[in-house]
Amino acid sequence: MKALLVGECRDGKLLEHSHELFGFASQLGAETAMVLIGSEGALPSYGGTVYLADASKYGEYNPDLHKRLVQAAVEREKPDYVVFMHTSYGWDLAPRVAALLQAPQVSEVVALAEGGFERPCCSQKMRQVVQAVGSPVVLTLQGGAFPAVVPGGTPQQQPLDVDGKGRGEFLGYEAAARKGVDLSRAEIIVSAGRGVGKKENLPVIAELAKVLGGEVGASRPVVDSGWMEAGAQVGVTGQTVSPKLYIACGISGAIQHLAGMKKSGFIVAINKDRDAPIGEVADVLVVADVMQFVPALTAKLAK
Amino acid sequence: MKILVCVKQVPDMESRFRPDAAGVWYAETDLAFRVNEYDEYAIEQAVLLKEQLGGEPEITLLSVGPDRVVEAIKKGLAMGADRAVHVQDPASHLKDPFQIASIIAAYARGEGFDLIFTGMQSLDRGSSQVGVALAEMLGYPCATTVVGFEYADGTVTVKRELEGGVKGMVRLTAPALVTCQLGLNQPRYPTLPNIMKAKKKEVNVIPVEQLLKQEARLVLTRFRAPAKKGGGVVLEGDVADQVDRLIGILKDKTAVLR
Ligand SMILES: Cc1cc2nc3c(=O)[nH]c(=O)nc-3n(C[C@H](O)[C@H](O)[C@H](O)COP(=O)(O)OP(=O)(O)OC[C@H]3O[C@@H](n4cnc5c(N)ncnc54)[C@H](O)[C@@H]3O)c2cc1C
Repeated sequence: MKALLVGECRDGKLLEHSHELFGFASQLGAETAMVLIGSEGALPSYGGTVYLADASKYGEYNPDLHKRLVQAAVEREKPDYVVFMHTSYGWDLAPRVAALLQAPQVSEVVALAEGGFERPCCSQKMRQVVQAVGSPVVLTLQGGAFPAVVPGGTPQQQPLDVDGKGRGEFLGYEAAARKGVDLSRAEIIVSAGRGVGKKENLPVIAELAKVLGGEVGASRPVVDSGWMEAGAQVGVTGQTVSPKLYIACGISGAIQHLAGMKKSGFIVAINKDRDAPIGEVADVLVVADVMQFVPALTAKLAK
Repeated sequence: MKILVCVKQVPDMESRFRPDAAGVWYAETDLAFRVNEYDEYAIEQAVLLKEQLGGEPEITLLSVGPDRVVEAIKKGLAMGADRAVHVQDPASHLKDPFQIASIIAAYARGEGFDLIFTGMQSLDRGSSQVGVALAEMLGYPCATTVVGFEYADGTVTVKRELEGGVKGMVRLTAPALVTCQLGLNQPRYPTLPNIMKAKKKEVNVIPVEQLLKQEARLVLTRFRAPAKKGGGVVLEGDVADQVDRLIGILKDKTAVLR
């Protein structure tokens, strides 16, 4: 069994999570080869074959060409699996590769299970097991689901080239908007989620943060609705935090939010839904309405 | 100009999910359904573009699914779409993302849409495949996870959201497809007059057999709750009591309360 792992580069560097591809392949018990649109400076320490296409020629984001480069590596390796990370690069490119190869695709795999692949569904509240018909199978892996493994060694490079150019034009990156408090240094964070209900309820969250001497954070929809500024967002597309205490108020616990806060020392979640996925990481899940529980907690702490 | 918006109806995510009789997907009893959140951004963006272009483009909404999806279609029409297509499929949940894309492609192929908007993923299945696969089948350039959209003279300029709040700027030439992400816009609430007007708009019903030509490549074999990691304390019941117990735990287990 063979897996072709699709590494990912940004600004000429191999992205850290590309190492999770090796962790997955070893659980699968597969031989590996890697394909990378990058540069020699981005090669992993890995003793296998790396098909290397030059990012300065093909661009870091040029899906039309990247899909054909991956296809060219597939033709040479004849893998059973073509594996991406489920990132903005992977979920963009994997379905294009699957379409080109006429292959089945399973997205956001979190485990191997029952002869198939386990993946989250229903906003991470549930799991499904999926089996693929046909070969190769294209997979994307949820970040953090498999261990990062650095296999060690020096890659045998195989140059990779295709002709033509892509249809879209990549115009460049725009840096993250960073203003407001630096939550990464806060010791206590009280975060507001959509379950807080409306902007007018936010002072209730701020008061709890104040009696605790902490800062206020937010989940994505709270920022998108303009209730709080972008700098307050915790998660993959926001800040990564690791306070001693994180209190999640009316936050469901989507993987993109968890990615930013699960390293917190102690996690308290207040949610009226006992099955909310935040319960997976919370040390204490308070099953309650935030607007009843939080003011009561603040009042008691203020005494 | 012709615009297509693909819409899926999904359950409210605060629901309690239970396996269906076959144990492969959720049972629909007791679930409340609504428009997939990401698709609401797609509808809104199409309507904003129509407004920008002085009302000229015609917006077609398409949904694949059982009879209940008519509710989602009505909402989209009330938000400002002009007409709709309901691909009637009582078993759409058993189709894989590739089949769903191929059904939509079979419809769209003859229609010559200039722009197609889809959500970046659905909240229930979450494959993030349908939009991209559809673009590939139609031969359209496509950008995913779009949080900024501009259109002028056949050129689409989008911001793609990447990790860590970084954005990637991409330019495409129509015909093109974009998949919409949270934060792209603020979907409007349909007004009563628009809800009334929507009732008169055309909904073209097509049985799925007419459009489906592909075999499934994925088979669902199991649907279940995640294995509980355990360890966490769950506090239920009276609020005052919950407050006392939480403060007790925080004093015990953390150094933040003195
Ligand atoms: C590519 C990508 C990147 C993303 N990046 C981020 C990110 O960086 N950060 C982020 O947060 N999200 C991010 N998201 C969005 C993420 O998927 C979720 O949509 C988001 O985290 C949900 O926010 P929420 O929990 O506040 O809202 P919801 O998921 O709507 O949850 C609200 C919760 O509140 C509970 N609730 C409702 N009313 C009450 C009440 N009165 N009392 C108590 N509880 C109540 C509900 O039971 C529910 O669990 C991203 C998504 C994508 C696709």
